[in-house]
Amino acid sequence: MNTRRAAIVGGNRIPFARSNGPYAHASNQDMLTATLDGLVARFGLQNERLGEVAAGAVLKHSRDFNLTRESVLGSRLSAETPAYDVQQACGTGLETTILVANKIELGQIESGVAAGVDTTSDAPIAVNEDLRAVLLEANRAKSVGARLKALAKIRPQQLVPSIPVNSEPRTGMSMGEHQAITTIEWGITREAQDELAAASHQHLAAAYDRGFLDDLITPYLGLSRDQNLRADSSVEKLGKLSPAFGKAFGDEATMTAGNSTPLTDGAAAVLLASDEWAAQHKLPVLAYFVDAETAAVDYVHGDRKEDGLLMAPVYAMPRLLQRNKLSFDDFDFIEIHEAFAGTVLATLNAWEDDDFCRRRLGLDGALGSVDRAKLNVNGSSLAAGHPFAATGGRIVASLAKMLHDNGGGRGLISICAAGGQGVVAILEA
Amino acid sequence: MSDRYLNLVNSPLGSAVASRVGLPQPAKLRRYAGGDPLLPGPALLGATGGKPAAALRKLLTGAGAEVVDTLGEGERVAAAVLDARSVAAPADLGALRDFLAPAVKGLQANGRVLVLGRLPDGKSVTADATRQALDGIVRSLAKELRRGATANLLWVENEASLGAALRFFLSGKSAYVDGQPVVLGAGTAPDPTDWDQPLAGKTALVTGAARGIGAAIAGVLARDGAKVIAADLTQAGETLAKVANRLGGSALHLDVAAADAPPRLLDHLAAHTDGLDILIHNAGITRDKLMANMKPEQWDSVLAVNLESQLRINDALLGSDQLNPQARVVCLSSTTGLSGNRGQTNYGATKAGVIGLVRSSAAAFAKHGASTINAIAPGFIDTEMTAKMPLATREVARRLSSLQQAGLPIDVAEATAWLASPGAGGVNGQVLRVCGQNLVGA
Ligand SMILES: NC(=O)c1ccc[n+]([C@@H]2O[C@H](COP(=O)([O-])OP(=O)(O)OC[C@H]3O[C@@H](n4cnc5c(N)ncnc54)[C@H](O)[C@@H]3O)[C@@H](O)[C@H]2O)c1
Repeated sequence: MNTRRAAIVGGNRIPFARSNGPYAHASNQDMLTATLDGLVARFGLQNERLGEVAAGAVLKHSRDFNLTRESVLGSRLSAETPAYDVQQACGTGLETTILVANKIELGQIESGVAAGVDTTSDAPIAVNEDLRAVLLEANRAKSVGARLKALAKIRPQQLVPSIPVNSEPRTGMSMGEHQAITTIEWGITREAQDELAAASHQHLAAAYDRGFLDDLITPYLGLSRDQNLRADSSVEKLGKLSPAFGKAFGDEATMTAGNSTPLTDGAAAVLLASDEWAAQHKLPVLAYFVDAETAAVDYVHGDRKEDGLLMAPVYAMPRLLQRNKLSFDDFDFIEIHEAFAGTVLATLNAWEDDDFCRRRLGLDGALGSVDRAKLNVNGSSLAAGHPFAATGGRIVASLAKMLHDNGGGRGLISICAAGGQGVVAILEA
Repeated sequence: MSDRYLNLVNSPLGSAVASRVGLPQPAKLRRYAGGDPLLPGPALLGATGGKPAAALRKLLTGAGAEVVDTLGEGERVAAAVLDARSVAAPADLGALRDFLAPAVKGLQANGRVLVLGRLPDGKSVTADATRQALDGIVRSLAKELRRGATANLLWVENEASLGAALRFFLSGKSAYVDGQPVVLGAGTAPDPTDWDQPLAGKTALVTGAARGIGAAIAGVLARDGAKVIAADLTQAGETLAKVANRLGGSALHLDVAAADAPPRLLDHLAAHTDGLDILIHNAGITRDKLMANMKPEQWDSVLAVNLESQLRINDALLGSDQLNPQARVVCLSSTTGLSGNRGQTNYGATKAGVIGLVRSSAAAFAKHGASTINAIAPGFIDTEMTAKMPLATREVARRLSSLQQAGLPIDVAEATAWLASPGAGGVNGQVLRVCGQNLVGA
């Protein structure tokens, strides 16, 4: 089959806000629409019919069943631009990029937007499960009497709403508690985590100061920088925080609010196109999408250390590198999503572990070490925050720009996701 | 900021009260709206020393004016155009009185008086003195006209730009330009194929385009057919995106005062455009303080944004291959730069500096494929910048002009669009005030 390259033209995101902060009253649709409009403004795409817009949110209201299409209709894109929703937890933003890029490579579309959005402030609240059963029964009832009889079953405790929690349905454990186990199992120290977190803040602050984000961001609701960003963050300051996860492990608990991502609101979008479309629109190409791989681990029944909830990228990476005959040394920039500092460090440890790589990844030895000088050089989620589905778009756009500014090169992305999943991808310029 | 006083005195009751107690009675100005005719009535045409030139009549009718040569008793006209290029001795000036006295009486509300003259050229003292007298006549007449009428003077050295100038000055586009002289010199000034889209095919960049005057300029340039890049600070990005989307342009986050602004701009132009045709230096800030209390950072930031950025960006463009021939650059100055303003030594420095910049670089731009560079000096324009003024000062400032009201961003935008148009190629190195003939200063 003939394929062609999918170009990354650029991106746009709104600054990420802390939960219940400046975007407390913005819905997913508001944020996604504003983000699309910022993209339209940056690239002059008013009334343009794109091949498609693929986007999604992890926390979604049932009324938002067509979130992306509704956002497109509210945006300055042509109303004839088709759209669909995708949800792969924190992998959503990268997965939509893969989908749009693949269609461009196959020649099915000429241009498209991959995006993601999440709000933890305007979260959907459901009626509790018992009440839902009663209401559904009343709805099915044929007569008024039967309906009243069904409704009479409502009890006060059923009126307590069910608020979505950041926990795995199959284990009942939060992501942080899962990661706390992984962090300990892989022997990740508090210092190493705080160092990673401080570097993330310092790198992102420097990127802002340098103007690196000027053409990646459009301010929203008065916010023009990520609210979570602490330019003066340091290992010393982070060292003062007390543990937030894994408290059951007592003195061994190392994960704090400083080395874990906070709940965040935000949205990000990436514009992809064929070379021809980009040239026709006089839009320069930043980088190309090369390949991607997705993996999943059985975190429910698997090994406590090796099948941790957020370990799936560890397994996806060698498959992607092998298929492309590349090693870490072939990359100029490596972007590993910082769900928790512990996630990044456990992932790096696993790839350096000779025994693990032989047994579990089927390699002849360790996959290799990631040169820290190439890792998250403009900061990542610990500094920017992590609106689940928006993180992929943030990383893809900024990595594409790094490669462009670098005058070429290769970049690697690794993103872990709830449900024991992981998405990794290669870009090049 | 809506002008409550203007609205009040234009209501029946307000107007009766205002006239009885002798308050100023600002008129609702005739401003251009898409599809408007050039003039809402006929234009009276006259000339000193003979019959009006056929070429001038043709330009007027070509622009859509209904030209009349005489004004009957009780008849009214929307404009009076007098070709006074022949005056050579003081006695010749009587012809202006002969023409203008009845014309002014018959002038409709929002009428236009336009006098054509020739610049003094140093050949004859008598002729030069006579020619210069036209300036005094027009400026004084402008102060007499009421009900939104204006008077302006065109020094016609070369007729290449006369057509576009007539269209600007007679239409509602010049509503807030009053008592001003403009020199129409030699230059390349082609007629557009479509006068409703004079900027079709042109790429324009407007700095400080997120709001106020810059947003209005971006809108008018887009209306006239240009592809507009709206630039502003990243912090202004939210409204900037709305501006860009409204006019079908693109948004560029660019701090014009940043050290790397010129190369970043050139990179953007190289990657996204086929070269720049129109550049509007509009970004500007105020940091008002009396000299005695002026802090270095207040001084420096105003200098950096309002003046240094323009110098550096112009240099970079002229030294690059990104500025197309017949380019048009318009720099925002201010009447403060001409007449000074208390508390604005820093701002006044930059706005006078811009005038120096424009005059001094006109030759370099002319050499660059017959390009031009001009300045616009707005008077009091209602924007968020002037909304920062204390209420009383603002109210007074609004009335201190012949038109007795503040201008709107659109007024500056229309003048900018004229100077940015191909037809204005003979206007170079000049300063046009858009100030309703502000009573302060020159
Ligand atoms: N409003 C008036 O009465 C008046 C009178 C005379 C002259 N002017 C001039 O007109 C121009 C526009 O004035 P306005 O009233 O619309 O002002 P404004 O304050 O409403 O808008 C100015 C815009 O410039 C932008 N800007 C500021 N610094 C910038 C920078 N470093 N880089 C890029 N953009 C920057 C701002 O973000 C803002 O959007 C200014 O140059 C001003 O000096 C205004």
